[in-house]
Amino acid sequence: MRDAVEEAVAAAFRDEWGQVFATVVGLVDDWELAEDCVADAFAAALPAWRRDGVPRRPGAWLTVAARNRARDRLRRAGVEQRKLAEVASMPDPEPLPPTEFPDHRLELIFTCCHPALRPEARVALTLRTLTGMTTAEIARAFLVSEPTMAQRLVRAQRKIRNAGIPYRVPPAHLLPERTAGVLAVLYLLYREGYASSTDELVRAEVSGEAIRLARALAALMPDEPEAVGLLALMLLQEARRAARLDAEGELVLLADQDRALWDDSLIAEGTTLLERALRRGRVGPYQLQAAIAAEHDRGPDTDWREIVRLYDELLRVLPSPVVRLHRAVAVAAVDGPAVALPLVEELAAELDRHHLWHATRADLLRRLDRGAEARSAYAAALDLAPSAAERRFLGRRLACLG
Amino acid sequence: MRYVMFVCGDGTEPEVDLQAATEAWVAEMDGRGIRKTGDRLRPVADATTVRVRGGEPLVTDGPFAEGTEVIGGFDLLECADLDEALEVAGKHPWAAYGGIELRPVWEWLGA
Repeated sequence: MRDAVEEAVAAAFRDEWGQVFATVVGLVDDWELAEDCVADAFAAALPAWRRDGVPRRPGAWLTVAARNRARDRLRRAGVEQRKLAEVASMPDPEPLPPTEFPDHRLELIFTCCHPALRPEARVALTLRTLTGMTTAEIARAFLVSEPTMAQRLVRAQRKIRNAGIPYRVPPAHLLPERTAGVLAVLYLLYREGYASSTDELVRAEVSGEAIRLARALAALMPDEPEAVGLLALMLLQEARRAARLDAEGELVLLADQDRALWDDSLIAEGTTLLERALRRGRVGPYQLQAAIAAEHDRGPDTDWREIVRLYDELLRVLPSPVVRLHRAVAVAAVDGPAVALPLVEELAAELDRHHLWHATRADLLRRLDRGAEARSAYAAALDLAPSAAERRFLGRRLACLG
Repeated sequence: MRYVMFVCGDGTEPEVDLQAATEAWVAEMDGRGIRKTGDRLRPVADATTVRVRGGEPLVTDGPFAEGTEVIGGFDLLECADLDEALEVAGKHPWAAYGGIELRPVWEWLGA
């Protein structure tokens, strides 16, 4: 059992890491140093709070502790430099207002998601700096070794400093494109936690962090309907998480899921958020995908014609072959597999390296009683499927065809 | 921050003449005080590379790195940050044909 002080430190770690880090990195302009100092401040909190009691504002206490630590380290580095080169000492860090710390997490997330960083580095850096997930935890979530992940993070942090990536919310002319980049990173993070092949516990944690970040972003950008739309999309998918896998950990298709396992409070919250976003009258891909998820969340009452209509709208803003594939599935539900099959087959050139294309085609062929063609399509899907659970699912389908 | 901007292409000339557009870009960036110097380079056919091994110079005809991408010119920029450098580089007419590589200058802070 953890005592009250340990609980307070753990809660601060979960709730304050991002804000403390965001403030300190803005002061010292050195991501590696900032990370060390914030980690030191959290380590110092437990004995200090046991001795003096938990501070009224843990985040402010941690920010001051990390700032002081950073100042000491910069001073010491300055002294060493003087000894070595007999040049003037390094400057003191910027003076800080003593008690008020504005929230700098928006600057932090835009910097972590800068297009000059590799996509996998953006995702990892966002998790590391904004959520306080450790390097080891992030490495586990992305199925790479801890040294590989540590190197990825250090490289990204050094590039931010060395290449002059600014620590700020981008100016108006860059904001739409950069916001889209931030939303993409958060959604990628969520999907990683929803559909990757690591174990379910790690995945649930990554998805949970993605939702917390999307909540923070929606609160920080209240005028951006797509940020609210992204949060709604995550919640409306998250609502079905418990029903996605059966007791043996096998995938369960949406139509076969136990409706009683869906989380009605998440569905209600997601739906309310989505309506709020749509009222702004600036629809975008996340709001439309959230609307599709909300329609699926109506279970047996799902209106497939409405889903086809929403995919048509989505195709206007996001004309991708994967969206066309999903639309074809909805068409199959409305007009039957014979109408949907040609829509799938015309995507062959673009999607024939994609297991979902083969799996969708296989399912339509099966429903049209074209068994031999369905079998070879399932076999092709099986070859390309990235996760073990999907391979087992496709294997069962293939076995059913006899 | 200072950045060296490498103007890269595949060694062929685009079908449209970019000279006037490039001159306009130079005039704008000189006027904004961003571009410090820069020039177009002769083609790789005119390049010579020297490597010293065991104290002996080895001189070869051609560029250091053989590849399909070649550097056709360079500019030295003084920018507030990478976003400004990206805006400046993105306006260079060659960005729409080849690509522009931005390399931060390794500033020597010890002196």
